[in-house]
This record gives sequence, C-alpha cells and structure tokens, in this order.
Amino acid sequence: MDVSVTVNGTTYARDVEPRKLLIHFLRDDLDLTGSHVGCDTGNCGACSILVDGTLVKSCMLLAVQADGAKIETVEGLSENGELTALQQSFNEHHALQCGYCTPGMLMSATALLRDNPSPSEDEIKKALQGNICRCTGYWNIFDAVKAVAK
Amino acid sequence: MTENATTVAPEKVEQQKGWGGQSVKRKEDKRLLQGEGVFFDDIKRHGMGYLHFVRSPYAHAHITRIDVSAAEAVEGVYGTLTGEEVAALTDPFFQISSAPGANIKDFALAVGKVRFAGEAVVAVVAETRELARDASELVEVEYEPLPALVDARKAQEPGATVLHDDAGGNLMWSGLYSWGDVDGAFAEADRVIEIDELHFHRFNSTPLECDGALVEYNRGVEQWTLHTNNQFPGFAAIMMGPAMKVGLDKLRFVTQDIGGGFGNKITSHPQLVVCCLLARKLNRPIQWTEWRTDFHLSMSHGNERWFSDTKVAVKDDGTLLGFRTKALDDAGAWLRYEPLGGVIWAQVAPGMYRWRNIELEFTQVATNKAPVSPNRGYSRLQQLWFTERVIDIVAHELGLDPVEVRKRNYIRADEMPYETPNGCVYDSGDYAAMLDKALELIGYEGMGARREQAQAHGKLLGVGIGSTLDSGTNNFGQSRLINPELQFSGNNEVATVKLDIFGEIVVTLGTTPQGQGHETTAAQVVADILKCSPDDVHVRAGHDSYWNSHAGFSGTYASQFAVTGLSAVKGATEMLRDEIFKLAGAVFGGVPAEALELADGGIRIKENPDAFLPFMACGAIINANNAGLPEDLDVTLNCRYVYRPPFQVPDIETKTGNLTLTYAAQIHVAVVEVDPETGYYEIVDYAAVDDCGKRINPQIVEGQVMGATAQAIGAAIHEVFEYDEDGNLLTPNFYDYHVPHALDMPPLATGSIESPSPFTPLGTKGMGEGGGAGIHAVCAAIQDATGKKVTNSHNPYQRVWELLQ
Repeated sequence: MDVSVTVNGTTYARDVEPRKLLIHFLRDDLDLTGSHVGCDTGNCGACSILVDGTLVKSCMLLAVQADGAKIETVEGLSENGELTALQQSFNEHHALQCGYCTPGMLMSATALLRDNPSPSEDEIKKALQGNICRCTGYWNIFDAVKAVAK
Repeated sequence: MTENATTVAPEKVEQQKGWGGQSVKRKEDKRLLQGEGVFFDDIKRHGMGYLHFVRSPYAHAHITRIDVSAAEAVEGVYGTLTGEEVAALTDPFFQISSAPGANIKDFALAVGKVRFAGEAVVAVVAETRELARDASELVEVEYEPLPALVDARKAQEPGATVLHDDAGGNLMWSGLYSWGDVDGAFAEADRVIEIDELHFHRFNSTPLECDGALVEYNRGVEQWTLHTNNQFPGFAAIMMGPAMKVGLDKLRFVTQDIGGGFGNKITSHPQLVVCCLLARKLNRPIQWTEWRTDFHLSMSHGNERWFSDTKVAVKDDGTLLGFRTKALDDAGAWLRYEPLGGVIWAQVAPGMYRWRNIELEFTQVATNKAPVSPNRGYSRLQQLWFTERVIDIVAHELGLDPVEVRKRNYIRADEMPYETPNGCVYDSGDYAAMLDKALELIGYEGMGARREQAQAHGKLLGVGIGSTLDSGTNNFGQSRLINPELQFSGNNEVATVKLDIFGEIVVTLGTTPQGQGHETTAAQVVADILKCSPDDVHVRAGHDSYWNSHAGFSGTYASQFAVTGLSAVKGATEMLRDEIFKLAGAVFGGVPAEALELADGGIRIKENPDAFLPFMACGAIINANNAGLPEDLDVTLNCRYVYRPPFQVPDIETKTGNLTLTYAAQIHVAVVEVDPETGYYEIVDYAAVDDCGKRINPQIVEGQVMGATAQAIGAAIHEVFEYDEDGNLLTPNFYDYHVPHALDMPPLATGSIESPSPFTPLGTKGMGEGGGAGIHAVCAAIQDATGKKVTNSHNPYQRVWELLQ
C-alpha cells in the first residue's frame, strides 16, 4: 500500500506491506533508527513518537495507519545539532546511561511539557510511566524533566 | 539529596587532584540524546537476510523429525539451518566444568532433543523479518515429549528424568568448601540457629535492548565480522573459535553502543555461531534481533539457589562464629558460563562479617529451564542475600537488634586489608560508618514514632538493612577450583593512546560499555596526566577486535573498568607522556626531561616557557616531518599498555586464594509499610550508601548505585522467571514480567564515603553490581514489619499475605 508521511518536516512516500509496524517502517524503510524496539508488546515505550502531536508507541500502530500524518521523532528534537533544553537537562542530570530508552523517554517528556509546561513531580511520573528504563532507576530522569519545567 | 563524606585514605595511596573526582558531563550523551547512537540493530547491509528461530514448545522432548522444505519453498526465504547441520559443521562448545558437567554436548541448535521450552531448533532466514517469522511457522518439527524436571531439589531423586545422558544424571558439578575450624566453632557456640531452607529466585536484569547481531562473511579471507552487542567478546571468541574450528582472528567483533547488558549479554555465543554458519552457507549478511519473548525464554537467567540445612554457631551476645550450609544451584538446561557460579560466590564467602569458620557444600544440577548465566551481582548476590538473611534470622531468634548484631560482627575499618578465611583480601572499607550514614539518611532515630503512626492507621512499619560487597576485577584462576585442568588465571585489559598528526589525543579501549560512561572517565584520566581538558581527548566509541586494543579478558562485566580499564588508560597515557618528554628534549636540542613540563596542550621548558612545543607540533614531527631526528630516538607517540592485576593462582586443594582485587561496598536501608489485611506493601523511604574507593566521576558512580537499586527493588517485589510444572515459562514478556516503572520508585537518599583501594593504580574499585543490597533490605524490612521469618528473596504481595496468615 502507498503510504505518505511527513517525519520531522520531510515527506516520504513508500510502498509498504500492510502489516508492517510503524516502528519498523521508520527504522527499516526510512533509516530513522533513533526510535528503538524493546518489548514487542507496547510496554516499554522505547519506540515512543508523536503522530499529529499525540504521543504514541509506534510498535502499536501499523505504518499504513500513519498515512498522511505528521510525525515527530527524536531525530527532530534538536536543531542544527543544538540540543534542546530538555536534552541538555538529561545530560546535566545524568538521566541516561545506555541511552536505549532515551529517545522514547524524551518524546514522552516533550509531549508532557507541551501539554503542561509546569508539571508536578507526580504528573511527571505519570507521564513517564509508559517508558521503561532499566539503567537509571528514573530518579535522575524526574530531576531532568523537573529542571526544565516552568 | 546526595550527601558525601570522606574517610581518611590509607597512606599508600596518592590522592589525585584535577579532573579525576569531578562529575564531568558525559561525552557519550550528545549522540544518544539525538538518536544518533549506533546500536547493532541500526546497521544494515545490502541483501541481508533476517533470521528467525523456530523454538521448542516443549520443555523436554526427543526430536523425531524436522522438515524445512515447505519453509524453504516460500519466495523470499533464503534458507535454513538445523541442529543436524550444526552438529556436522561444528564441535560441541568447550565446557568449563569438570566431570560430570564436562561430558555434556552443547551445540548452537538443539540436536536430537530439546531441553527447555524456547530452545532454538531451526533457524530460518528470509528477505524481511515478517517473512522469516511466517516461514518459521511452516517448519515441521515432530516431538516425542518427555517428563519435565523443573524443581532442582528433585533433580537427583531416583527415577528423575535425565536431561543429559552423557553426564549420567542431572548433577553437573559439586564441591565441598570448608575453611577454618567449623567443628570447633560449633563446640564453642552458646546457641546453634537452624534454618531449614532459604530460596533465592530466578530473574534477570532484562536490558531494554535484546541480544542480536549483523554478521558478515568475507569469503576471500574466510573471516566473519560480527556487529553484535555481546558484552564479553573475548569469552565469546574462546567459545566460538574451537567449536567452529577456526582461529580467533577469523572472528572480528565490532560494537559501538549497547542498550544495557548487566551480564545478560555474555552468553549469546550459540546464536552468534548460527549467524556465522548461515552467513557462510547463504553467502549474505545475516541480521538477528532477538524478540523480547525470545530473550525471556532463552537468554541468561540469573542463578536460582536453595540453601538448606543451614546451621549457624553463635554466642548469646550475637557474635557469629561459623556456619554450615548446603547450596543447590539450578543451572537450567545448559552450562553456558556455568558452573562458574559454583566458585564466584566464594569471593564474598563471609559477606561483610567476621565469620572465620565456614562450610558450604555446593551442588549444581541441570533442569528443563533456560540456561543461567551472569546477571548483575553474579553468584555473589545469592551468597550475600544468604549472609544477610542469616544475620536477620539470628537477630530474630536471639531477640537482638539487627543493627547491633551487624555492628558486632562487621569486619572493622582497622582490620583492613582483611583476609577472609578463604584467602580473599578485602582491600579497604568502613562498613559500620556506612551503616551509620545510611541510618542517618533514613531518619532511624525517629523510627519508633513512625512505627506508632503507621500502627495508628492500620499499617505495619518495618526497617531492613542490606549490604552488597561488589567484588571486582576477577582472578580467573578461580575457575581452576571448578576444573583444575583449566589454564586460565589472572586478568588483563588494554588501552592505546596516541598523538596524531594534528595533535589529536586518541584513546582506544578494549571494553564494551553499555552505559557506564567509559569514554568520559577515560578522558578524565588522560586529561590529568597530559594536563589538558577532557574535551581535548577523543575516546573512540565501542569495541573492534581489529584495533589490537583488546586482550583475553577484554569486555565490560564483573565490576572492573575503574580498575582494569582505567589502569590500562593510565599506563598507556604515562607511556605517551614520557615519549612526549623524550621528543621535546631532542627537538629542544638535548634538554633533560626534568627541565620540561606539560602545560596548555603542549610541552615547554620550565625556565623558558616561550620554548613551547604544542601537541600538534609533536604529532606532526613524529608522523609527518621526522627527517633529522636522532636515530636512537625511540618514540612513536602511539602507546599500548596492558594492565595486569597482581594475582597468584589459588590453591586448588584448600580452595583458598585472592579471587578478586577490590571490594566496593554498598549498604541500603529500606522502610516499608505493610497492609496486614492484604499483604500489599510500599517502600516509603530508602537510602543507599556507597563506597567504591576513589571515584573518578561521582555522578556516574551515583547513577550506577541508583540503577542497581531500582533493579533490586524490581527483583525483590515483582520480577521472577516462573515455570509451571510442565516447564512453561509463565513470564515471557513485559506484561507478565513486571519491571519497575516511574510510579514504582520510592523516595531515595544516596550517600557515599571514599576508602581508596591500596591495591589499584588510581585507588579506584569496580562498582557496577551493587544491586543485591536492595533485595536483602526489602526482605529484612518485611520481616521487621510482620515479625515473620522471610525465607524467600522474592516477596510479591501475595507471599507477604501468606506470611501473615
């Protein structure tokens, strides 16, 4: 099936097998390997992206369902190599270790901060509960998000 | 939240000043934050085929027929590999064990029989991952099911089903460890505390990235390149080369970023052999990415262990004299790194305590479950949980305060370095001071009032202490206690440091980091020696065995980078520094080294700072402008150093010797509130205090402490690889295997002290595996809250409810 999506401002048109997952389409067909796969069951959130402004787990959507959508992935966060305030805050607070969950974590936090620029600690935890991190124990991630909340 | 204090360092160690000790921000982060890391699954090759494994639905069965023809007939399927082909093309993997475990025959795919549910039987390769999965469904395998053995305690009963006929039974390895005067200790005891059974459960750290590889075969030079996240390529090569009947240089291991390892990515060698054989057979690159369920079914579970018939000799005042116990280890179906777990525990035989008389009978058996392999805190975790459980049960039985029993029995700071009854040397530490600090962070003074408050609203409050001795930098000679025929001993790690044409300082490591920040800490060590900034130091990301910057034990495992890796970096950088002095002396016309100094990214004459040679000039002269240099100037500005820790081979007869070089320590305190009606409990406060000697980067150290804590909390409450009686795994994905998420995390206070190691070049200790303490602390807190003896390491709410009935 023909699928056309705009990812981080660039439009891609591809012929896609109907059953292909959106995450595999992004990674295998568009070479956007920043979003990751950690579980296959929608639990881990490593594949989290924004589709038309809504946070989704891209392993839970088919590529064909995203036809016509505007997609944002981790690759689109920084501009001209300049890290966003959130990305910088992750660096300053040591909110990542292996970095595998980080793209999804950043997308979930980005969605939260757009929706609610001044989240409480509890709101931060609830917003990130769909993203598993096995390295950090989350504490530094909470601090990193808190530090850029207004 | 973080509090730091410093103990007085032993005089032997030089205190460093400079970049070491500062929380320099990580160099790795920029790429990872932008989705620009390169993990193995990000690598693609033209015409590559995706591999999918056909797995056994049975825990134990004969394979009577395999037919791959329907799968191979599908358009887009490139080919298959069966166990029969593997058996024809390879030898069984080398076994670490002595007999009877030595006699088992382990191939990369099941041959003739399956021994756990999820064991790989056939590999199918196709144009897409979806097609490979579909075609796998068309592979016909007929099984003749056999009874499944899932309880290690029944493995040696008469009539038990036998996994490996070659071994003559299910016993894989056994050994008696006896140190000190155990009979004397029991004769001297006022009381003997008896504990029937303690059970340490099966789980692992489930890194978010599963295992995998992109494997290419170069037919012309008969060499494979493995882009893989295997975290111990040296071990994988030693296992794979002989099995595949090729020299180790035919196996090139390459990795950049790895999505977590925790020991679980050490034993992927069977799958890598399958990839290699298929890359050669099908003449195309092979891409294998493990699915999450595959990982849970088949990859590296942590060792499940029972301690039975435990007897503890104590004085009435709580002084511990000795113990006897029988440890039974469930290895699962294959010995992929085992039975090393049968000796690794001995690195911490007495835990943090002054037990001088210890007898432990260790038995490891095979069962119809996934093979066990290292998991963060490998085998010491189980032993430390045992020692901590014993302390709390002794305190419970004697009616003594667990804090007082610990302080009475802790090895004291003034006894360091302390030799344990089995010849291990604890290098430094002050456990009582760590406990005091942890209790202070938790507000222990006011706990009486908090207990009353909890009671007032119908809850039971409990406080529990747990400790981890994170023994690091293995002496691989301990493997000879398992099998005297083995020719392994000592340890090593490599670094190279060079000054390139334009003055770039380039560092190559032998390690395979998975988030530990090696690029950053290595740059800090180099910057201190060359008097520059870590920003000036380029540390190559990842590992490539083509760089010749690796040694037999290279990898990232077993809490050692801060010792082995950074000592190699220090050694290589000091060689480079000395060469820069030699070169500058010659360029300046015979100026002696003592008249020169490093400063501002170059070298100058102390008395005449205008005579300055920037690193750029040094690099350019040696590499591209070297005419006229003195003939005898022995300088390349490209230095390789191998760090080799000072070890002896342990004594095989007495099973004694120094098994690890350093002992980092953590003490955790958990406060829980239990609902007696339901068994539900929450961790309401938590403190973790760490001592890993000199910290090169305190923020990275704290990150390791936090991560290990979270893993321990998950293991204590939720995580378990549980099997039904037929050997089916009941927790094969993240729905059923609950790992902690953001809302599960309790408030955490961290603290640290620094007791530099007198035995390491930088005063550092490896410290990545502090996780166990949290499991012990939660168990102790539940016991304190409920007043019931806790005998299982895994305490979901239902088990706590059962305790209360």
